[in-house]
Amino acid sequence: MDENLLATAATNGVVVTWNLGKPSRNKQDQLFTEHKRTVNKVCFHPTEVYMLLSGSQDGYMKCFDLRKKDSVSTFSGQSESVRDVQFSIRDYFTFAATFENGNVQLWDIRRPDRYERMFTAHNGPVFCCDWHPEDRGWLATGGRDKMVKVWDMNTTRAKEIYCVQTIASVARVKWRPECKHHIATCSMMVDHNIYVWDVRRPFIPSAMFEEHKDVTTGIVWRHLHDPYFLLSGSKDSTLYQHIFKDASQPIDRANPEGLCYSLYGDLAFAAKESLISSDSNRKPYIGDRRHPIFFKRKLDPTEQFEYISSSSALSVFETDVESGSMDWFVHTAKQYALAGRPLAELCDHNAKVAKGLDRNQVAQTWTMLRIIYSSLGTVSSTNLNHSMGKGSTTLPLMNSFNLKDIPSGLGSESRLDRSKGESRTENILMDSSSTLINNEDNEETEGSDVPADYLLGDVEADEDDLYMMDHENPHAEEQEYSLPQEAFPLRHEIVDNPSALDHLQDKADSPHVSGNEAETVSLTPVESFSLISISHSLYENRLPSDFFNPIVRDTLLFYAEQGDVQTAVSVLIVLGDRIRKEIDEQTQEHWYTSYIDLLQRFQLWNISNEVIKLSTCRAINCLNQASTTLHINCSNCKRPMSNRGWICDRCRQCASMCAVCHHVVKGLFVWCQGCSHGGHLQHIMKWLETSSHCPAGCGHLCEYT
Amino acid sequence: MAHHQLWKNLYGNNSRYLISLFFAGVPVCMQRSFPLFSQQPSLEKRVQVSPPLTRGPSAFIPENEVMQANGLDERTNLLVEEYSTSGRLDNITQVMSIHTQYLESFLRSQFYMLRMDGPLPLPYRHYIAIMAAARHQCSYLINMHVDEFLKTGGIAEWLNGLEYIPQRLKNLNEINKLLAHRPWLITKEHIQKLVKTGENNWSLPELVHAVVLLAHYHALASFVFGSGINPERDPDTSNGVRLIAVNNFCVCDLANDNNIENASLTSSNFGIADSLSELEALMERMKRLQEDKEDEEASQEEMDTRFEKEKKESLLVISGAFDDEIVSTDVSRYVEDPGFGYKDFARRGEDHLPTFRAQDYTWENHGFSLVNRLYSDIGHLLDEKFRMVYNLTYNTMATHEDVDTTTLRRALFNYVHCMYGIRYDDYDYGEVNQLLERSLKVYIKTVTCYPERTTKRMYDSYWRQFKHSEKVHVNLLLMEARMQAELLYALRAITRHLT
Repeated sequence: MDENLLATAATNGVVVTWNLGKPSRNKQDQLFTEHKRTVNKVCFHPTEVYMLLSGSQDGYMKCFDLRKKDSVSTFSGQSESVRDVQFSIRDYFTFAATFENGNVQLWDIRRPDRYERMFTAHNGPVFCCDWHPEDRGWLATGGRDKMVKVWDMNTTRAKEIYCVQTIASVARVKWRPECKHHIATCSMMVDHNIYVWDVRRPFIPSAMFEEHKDVTTGIVWRHLHDPYFLLSGSKDSTLYQHIFKDASQPIDRANPEGLCYSLYGDLAFAAKESLISSDSNRKPYIGDRRHPIFFKRKLDPTEQFEYISSSSALSVFETDVESGSMDWFVHTAKQYALAGRPLAELCDHNAKVAKGLDRNQVAQTWTMLRIIYSSLGTVSSTNLNHSMGKGSTTLPLMNSFNLKDIPSGLGSESRLDRSKGESRTENILMDSSSTLINNEDNEETEGSDVPADYLLGDVEADEDDLYMMDHENPHAEEQEYSLPQEAFPLRHEIVDNPSALDHLQDKADSPHVSGNEAETVSLTPVESFSLISISHSLYENRLPSDFFNPIVRDTLLFYAEQGDVQTAVSVLIVLGDRIRKEIDEQTQEHWYTSYIDLLQRFQLWNISNEVIKLSTCRAINCLNQASTTLHINCSNCKRPMSNRGWICDRCRQCASMCAVCHHVVKGLFVWCQGCSHGGHLQHIMKWLETSSHCPAGCGHLCEYT
Repeated sequence: MAHHQLWKNLYGNNSRYLISLFFAGVPVCMQRSFPLFSQQPSLEKRVQVSPPLTRGPSAFIPENEVMQANGLDERTNLLVEEYSTSGRLDNITQVMSIHTQYLESFLRSQFYMLRMDGPLPLPYRHYIAIMAAARHQCSYLINMHVDEFLKTGGIAEWLNGLEYIPQRLKNLNEINKLLAHRPWLITKEHIQKLVKTGENNWSLPELVHAVVLLAHYHALASFVFGSGINPERDPDTSNGVRLIAVNNFCVCDLANDNNIENASLTSSNFGIADSLSELEALMERMKRLQEDKEDEEASQEEMDTRFEKEKKESLLVISGAFDDEIVSTDVSRYVEDPGFGYKDFARRGEDHLPTFRAQDYTWENHGFSLVNRLYSDIGHLLDEKFRMVYNLTYNTMATHEDVDTTTLRRALFNYVHCMYGIRYDDYDYGEVNQLLERSLKVYIKTVTCYPERTTKRMYDSYWRQFKHSEKVHVNLLLMEARMQAELLYALRAITRHLT
């Protein structure tokens, strides 16, 4: 090899060789102007000093003999620009060329007429390639698609054996000498670092050089057999010689442990083997229900380079079937009603659902919400009545009659209330037997919350007493009802307030409750004395739902905090505008996304879509509008329509014809899922009013609901 | 139980005219693959549109020229598909459909940047299109996107003018202005100003989306004027005021012809025989360029001077024989600093701007990577479009067949870039001089730099022997070259901002 010989390629298509050994100032040796376009690459033959190969934008490769003035042979790629050419290190006659259209061609230098083989390596231009210095069959290529691929050329079809995904288009690849699996890369845009990868570990570079301030334009290993020195040039006008031990190793900064929960509560944990083995002797979690069921160990063959020693252990801990069961989640998701009915009904329904699944606290919450929010209308109307009839002793009775007569919902409400009263008693029974629900946190019961909850439970069970008491001596009742101290599982929500024993809150809360009860249920005549107190309490309650917003908000936050984002989101949807402004958008969005994610993991697609649809959060709402693809089949030939248009490729028919008017439907298209005929919404509606058969005449009995 | 699904089509609100067009045309195509528009007379009867000013989609190209093209079958399909997706078949599409292959990639990329997932909200995209088109007073595009803007839920108030839009959009004015007229002035400081964190900042993906839209619509304006696209015959009278404005505009545009008494134009009044020999000569020159490349070995310095010369010459091509144009208020409300126009790259001797060396920042290597990184997939679409337009050929020239037009196409493409100060090291700019006659250069310069001044006479005066479809091809090349040039400057600035 001639140390003094240098070849350069220029953007104007000139290939120049320089001889540094020349005594004159001008070291230029040869000048070839055969290429018409920019020359992208020149390459010396690894053993023949005088043989030089060039690849150009014009699609030609030329082989020059430096002892002659002109090129010896010209190879035409028959396609777009040549981006790189490389002589094979082992095969004397072979060279590889990469092209802008993603192809790689292999040529025999003796046969300029056609390539030996060709394969598509990348999507988009292949910027570079490099033959493996030891293994004759390996060729690495890098492309604009940000991939580095290693091809095994020994087989008849080039086979991709390794693939490394980088973060930017790959401008240069260079195998590291003496290390079979190491390859250095640099990129053309955006990313200025040089990476050295172990191709078997494609996810994290084994070494990284971060010196350059601008794009790295070229890299080369300093010596054919020295793996420790790397030279690099850059657009920041610097040339660096990197010593391998200076390289930063991203692996040091990476977190080598991984932890993941499965849907069903199983826990997988992967970590460096050394960590695991040192720990494995001692029992990690005493008294844990979980136990490892799976233990896998992977060892790499020994390597001379330290970075390689990558082996990790994966343990999977399985949870008890019952304790980890998420059935309640699925059931709840399926049964909850989120919209379409008056608030009170929704709340009652959901409370029932929750109760049916032994989730008493959630049930309580729903009940409370109904009480807080849904009786607003009644409050105002009673207030009205009240002020009209003030001073009259017969008023209480009148009042209750009026209430009865108020048509919408009220009657049912009182009925519901009764039923709730019943269920509550059984509820208490159950609670006292302290059935645990699968939630983790139900083990820790907050004692202080207990009496309060009990109180609230009872408030509704015997309203009359409470009603009286509430106004006459509000404090007595607290003592009285805090007596039963059985631990019953309690999630604090509602309860927050009374438990604090805060006078202000107390006043706000209990009179309200009792007031409502009075209106809706109690038909008992009351003396005029207490009447005044009613009206008093009612006046206090004129602003109630707003007043309770902070508490409801805290409740929701509490549930979300506990991990029960389902409740939080469901309440959020049901209450809608009543509570929306209380909670900041981001939190809401976060809840929604978590809940939707959970639903989708349980494959509850319909419900997740319903949630998306009902959400008032803009970011969530538009989820289904973006990135939603409807795949449709042609109604004629029943094959999928590949076009974005409405014309079927195959049968040349317009797919969305109205079966009634035989015109194309633009806008709303309705179709029967039984026979797949359909058309304009109006037309179909009209048709099916008079006929029960499909307008297309297929004989299907369509139904429009 | 029957079930129904609703299919909402965004663009459902189309005109009667188009519907009937569709039904009149399609069944025939299906039976006999007949040209879509051959049913014109019956159409006219059916919809009773007021007679248009000029028939057909273009004022420059006779209607029947637009209709007859090769690959009718494919073309019909494409048009039908386009109609069924967008609910209209605008004149641009009709004229472009002469080059079906290109049209496909054009529509795909336009569809993607306007309607598919992207960083910017839909109304924003159309408003940006309006802003871009307004730089060239292209009422055609403005009207089209005003409609789209409203349909996608844009705030009608914004249409009152730039004072009514949010500051954030307003900030885009500067870059719009530069990009449209003097893209070489865009620096990383402009980018920084937009991206700088603050109340009205742009994220990089949003900015890239906006830049792509701006460049696309500046270039499209060139095409609209260059091909003399007629206003849409849209019977939708809901915005009648604007329609009238369009018509006015078009009348004055055609009348504009008389304004130019450009020497180069009047002198090119050859007879047919002359222009025939002109064609022969051109082909002769092309052949020579292709064959004996080697015998004229120009030195690097020589090449440099040729580029400089070409740059300078592009200066002389039109010396501003134009009065300041009266911009209709209709358009001007979307324009800030209307006086800012193209100034020749070469003229600015004092503060000499460095030439943009194409190899330092190419679309394939750099532009693509950046665009695709920040606004995924648009890179591939634009890449395909550029590639398509660059390689599009039918191997014909006027009446001759089997001609390799590579050099000619390259000359056109590079000449546009040359006017924007982008230089290819591996190109001999002497070729431009040999291949592009003066009247063509006038046309190129007008269409790319101030398209609003294009006239039918300019269009007619070059390449008299060539077919209209070939002239449309030229327009496509000019449009894409211009778009690429703008993108390169803008993306380079963004790259510099990033490093």
